[in-house]
Amino acid sequence: MKRTALTLGFAALAILVIMMAGRSNAVGATMEDKPATQVKIDNFVFSPNPVTVPAGATVRWTNQDDIPHNIVSDDKSFKSKALDTDETFTYTFTKPGTYTYFCSIHPKMTGKIVVQ
Amino acid sequence: MADKAKDEILHDHNHDGIDRRGFLKCMAWAGTGAFCVMQGGVLKSYSLSGLAGLKAKEMKGELSFVQISDSHMGFNKPANTDVAGTLKAAIDKINALPTQPGFILHTGDITHLSKPEEFDGVDQLLKGASAKDIFYVPGEHDVIGDDGKQYLERYGKNTKGAGWYSFDQKGVHFIGLVNVMNLKAGGLGSLGSEQLEWMENDVKHLSKSTPIVVFAHIPLWSVYPEWGWGTDDSAQALGYLKKFGSVTVLNGHIHQTMQKVEGNVTFHTAASTAFPQPKPGEAPSPGPMKVPAEQLRSLLGIRDVNYVQGKHALGVTDSTLE
Repeated sequence: MKRTALTLGFAALAILVIMMAGRSNAVGATMEDKPATQVKIDNFVFSPNPVTVPAGATVRWTNQDDIPHNIVSDDKSFKSKALDTDETFTYTFTKPGTYTYFCSIHPKMTGKIVVQ
Repeated sequence: MADKAKDEILHDHNHDGIDRRGFLKCMAWAGTGAFCVMQGGVLKSYSLSGLAGLKAKEMKGELSFVQISDSHMGFNKPANTDVAGTLKAAIDKINALPTQPGFILHTGDITHLSKPEEFDGVDQLLKGASAKDIFYVPGEHDVIGDDGKQYLERYGKNTKGAGWYSFDQKGVHFIGLVNVMNLKAGGLGSLGSEQLEWMENDVKHLSKSTPIVVFAHIPLWSVYPEWGWGTDDSAQALGYLKKFGSVTVLNGHIHQTMQKVEGNVTFHTAASTAFPQPKPGEAPSPGPMKVPAEQLRSLLGIRDVNYVQGKHALGVTDSTLE
């Protein structure tokens, strides 16, 4: 029995090491544990909207229009450059709160991110 | 548009240079360049396709100029993969006008992404225009990423604030306004209090018989607010112009010709030289409209404006690039 327990212990350790290695790679690749929440810009609309994410989540906007758009928070806490077709912008929301944003080129386009 | 008679004003009941049929024709979105003759303060409008048949004296104003708009240099999507080529065609059209314009107004969206090489490309092409004086106002595509710094460096000499200014030509007072800066979430185009105050002072000393031409990128009337086609504080600006007998407002932004008359004010939007956009509400969004290649140039164009002293309105003629 003792021997079995030891084997299991080694196996668990090995799995832990592998998991940590995997985690380390993930951190290096995306800076985040989870994939970014996607918001697409299509026909001058942000969708989905609004979006609710946990604190620490990253949101990625992708412009699918033939016209450039940008993402500017109403309080100017984050601002992208103009995104041409298929360009993206990512932002990580560390603090809980409600963040309203718009496209300053086409200000009729508005959106909201709720961080819990 | 092939029949020139259809492009002339036939029933001018109010003696304002506009008849219902002509008005509806101007509302037809497919128009593209305009020839504007300011005759006695009222803009007379002809489609450019009918210009060839007009007599020289009908065309000859005391002042004539051309409006072009929305050249979007740098745009390369399917709606038009050669915006330089269509701008060149617009310049050729201007150079072929029977009465050469004194100057050109460009009502913004000179570039697509405010890139230096895009501004350079337009400047280079416009060197080929017979009219050497070109007056600009910025579109929202010309002030991307730098709050209009580069635009002002290039075109802002002798302007105030974000690039607004006025000048006089042969008795007509021109006012170039900027309504693409500091836009607020959910809002439309905006002039802002500083510019409005300047404008009020700018027109205060003018006699009420002075013909006024106001030009700005985003329409100064509510074309279709759902798509952002309007300016939040335009009513205040137009309020300063109430005393004047003749006010002509020239805008771009919506890539199609439209006309509206409200009291002493005639509003015109111009065609783009780059790509058409849909009629208000007739598409999911105001994005570039792809049309068959052979139709594209019939939806792009220039506008020519003439003014004859002693008459009321400016004459406005839109013409396509076909």
